[in-house]
Amino acid sequence: MTATQAPSLRTFHMSKAFGQLQALDDISLDVAAGSFHALLGENGAGKSTLVKCIMGFYQADAGQVMFNGHEAKVRSPRDAHALGIGMVYQHFTLVPCLTAAENLVIARADTPMVINWKTERKRLDAFMETMPFQVRLDALVSTLSAGEKQKLEILKLLYLNQRFLILDEPTSVLTPSEADEVLGVLRDMAHRNDVTVLMISHKFREVKTFCDSFTVLRRGKCAGTGDARTASIAELSHMMIGDAGLRPPATRTAAPKSAPALHLNNLSARDVEGRHVVSNVTLTVPAGQIVGIAGVSGNGQSALIEVLSGQRALESGHITVGDAAFSPTRRNFDRFKVFGLPEEPLRNAVVPRMTVAENIAFRSFDKSPLANRLGILSPARIRKRGAELINKFNVHTSSPDAPIETLSGGNVQRAVLARELSGAVDVLIVANPCFGLDFASVADIRGKIMESRNKGAAVLLVSEDLDEIFELADQIAVMSEGQITYLAATADTDTMQVGQHIAGHGK
Amino acid sequence: MSDAVFSVLMAMIGGAIRVSTPFLFVALGETLTEKSGRINLGLEGNLVLGAMVAYATSYSTGNPWLGVLAAGAAGMVLSAGHGWICKLPKVNDIAVGIAFMNLGTGLAFFFGKPFIQPTAPRLDAVALGNWSATPQVRQALLVNPLFFVGLALAVILWWMLKSTRWGLTIRMTGDSAASARAMGVSVDRVRLLTTASGGFLAGIGGAFLSLYYPGSWNESLSSGQGLMAVALVIFARWNPLRCVWAALLFGATGALGPALQSIGISQGYYFFNAAPYILTLVIMIISARSEAASRAAPSELSIVK
Repeated sequence: MTATQAPSLRTFHMSKAFGQLQALDDISLDVAAGSFHALLGENGAGKSTLVKCIMGFYQADAGQVMFNGHEAKVRSPRDAHALGIGMVYQHFTLVPCLTAAENLVIARADTPMVINWKTERKRLDAFMETMPFQVRLDALVSTLSAGEKQKLEILKLLYLNQRFLILDEPTSVLTPSEADEVLGVLRDMAHRNDVTVLMISHKFREVKTFCDSFTVLRRGKCAGTGDARTASIAELSHMMIGDAGLRPPATRTAAPKSAPALHLNNLSARDVEGRHVVSNVTLTVPAGQIVGIAGVSGNGQSALIEVLSGQRALESGHITVGDAAFSPTRRNFDRFKVFGLPEEPLRNAVVPRMTVAENIAFRSFDKSPLANRLGILSPARIRKRGAELINKFNVHTSSPDAPIETLSGGNVQRAVLARELSGAVDVLIVANPCFGLDFASVADIRGKIMESRNKGAAVLLVSEDLDEIFELADQIAVMSEGQITYLAATADTDTMQVGQHIAGHGK
Repeated sequence: MSDAVFSVLMAMIGGAIRVSTPFLFVALGETLTEKSGRINLGLEGNLVLGAMVAYATSYSTGNPWLGVLAAGAAGMVLSAGHGWICKLPKVNDIAVGIAFMNLGTGLAFFFGKPFIQPTAPRLDAVALGNWSATPQVRQALLVNPLFFVGLALAVILWWMLKSTRWGLTIRMTGDSAASARAMGVSVDRVRLLTTASGGFLAGIGGAFLSLYYPGSWNESLSSGQGLMAVALVIFARWNPLRCVWAALLFGATGALGPALQSIGISQGYYFFNAAPYILTLVIMIISARSEAASRAAPSELSIVK
């Protein structure tokens, strides 16, 4: 029933529309047996829709799928699994409270009614011996690192004898060295003709290093295909974003040193279970500089940002802006001109169901001119001010009265920028500002952050995207297990060194 | 003096075994339900309804064991209603649970009026203390067979959750409904089945109340054991084996008041009778701070989310 050798997969003239939106328009994809194929494209280009049609989550309006040379009718993910097509999703589908072994056994279609753990363990150990990487079978999944979970997801597909693997941005949660290890193993397995891999990605470096061939989607159309080893990055990015061309990196100019610096002195904080998530973090962000904190998510960066924005209690240590002690209250944010762009703005920076104009007014609604001397708010002025800033910051919204949750990710972030950066800024605290945004928004938002720096603000930037850190930061710090483990001027370091410290191998 | 201490200790051990049985059944039922990611606060209703149905059945048929089965069946039907309503979109299981608690006790009071006066055949105890000449020991070791059934059930449940396909499926459903759905498991059906089975067990707990200890049917039979059992499940960290120890502990504190009274200390009787409720509060406070409890909690539970 299942193939033991790498299968091939082709789609012919696949189309799929959601209402007015043509998500896929006549896509033909050719993934040869035993190849490592990259599917490239911006957010919303149709990559996810295409693989979801292949997996049977969606039914294509037109077109067909050929699997191993035969037409395949895939009506549900179950059909896809039966054919031997498996997918690793961006969000893990492992069950956290079960062990790795339990997760593998329950994923089988023929799990026995009564599980004899002795014989199952023997079989699992034998299976693991044939695998190129190992995961601790007795560990609870909730205790595994992101890299181990990713490996276990892949092991699960192989355990289920699925030989056509679809990976949706598999390296977004991994350190650079973990990513290289996983992708290297997959490439070797493909070249041994054990599996065929289709990987959704937007990282050119990975595609160039590990993939054999590629297909680029742009706005639901096929924008190009070819040999990943010979195509240049310029060609690839041109196919992805079209004639708009590569955006120039944000320009850095000498900044005035008038603003106060942000000092973090020995900050510590705990999570709900009482573990230290931030321990003894000391860091100075000088005026007119961007200090970037790199690291894999879950190493305390989010907790640090929460401490600075008042969402998490500070256990010990103190924060100063210039020479004055700073505690994160609304009054102090105002007094010290501290502003922030937190990650996941829909969760941390806005009230999703309130209007765009109201959200933009959060920092000023109770002050003149939006409120009168008695503190009575003026909805008309809030709306007018909102409309002005919506215009100035190029927020695409149907109206200032639209609930902000109806906006796209890039426009929510622009609305937050409009609120935070419309006045004088002394300190700016930014976390993963471009996560999940398209090229145009990324350029816009990085430009605005650089502009604040150039005007003399002290900018603290937390990002999981190393390229972003290297593009924006003047100094780079690495955060690992709640501590700052590395700090260097951007000019004196490189991705390799930073990457090693992120992985915890630095000295 | 040492005689008095001995009497109190023996009375508490006997009381622990006697009083703990309904706690144990309700807690095991609630563990099973919560492991699948749903809370059924209505088990107090199952307990009272089970007590009434067991007594009525035993009275009409003359066979107390038929009463036990009937009580389980009544509890199962009641909880199946809970499970079915919770399948509907946007229904809060806690609110439905409180409604079912009132429904269960209401039904029991309504249909139970004619059975308050008559005497029904009760369950017999097994005398395990005949080797001893001391009356206190003999009295303490009169153990109802349902207690052993509860012990066996705890072991079976523990094994099932660890080593069967059903067990893994239940735990998966309780911890990550999304993964369960991705594997083709019907989350609603699993929860309906675990809620109904949990209700069956709670109903049997009720039968113990009316057919053994205290051993009659009246409207003040249960004093919130069904609700306390929910706290007990948190204390036992959703582990059926730990439920046994937790139930014994609750049973022992419940027996504190009567035990002291038996040696003539009646001062503070009501205070000692309140011991289980105080223990519940203390446990709630301690477990709210406990890391282990928060990690063991099935993450689909609506109180955890």
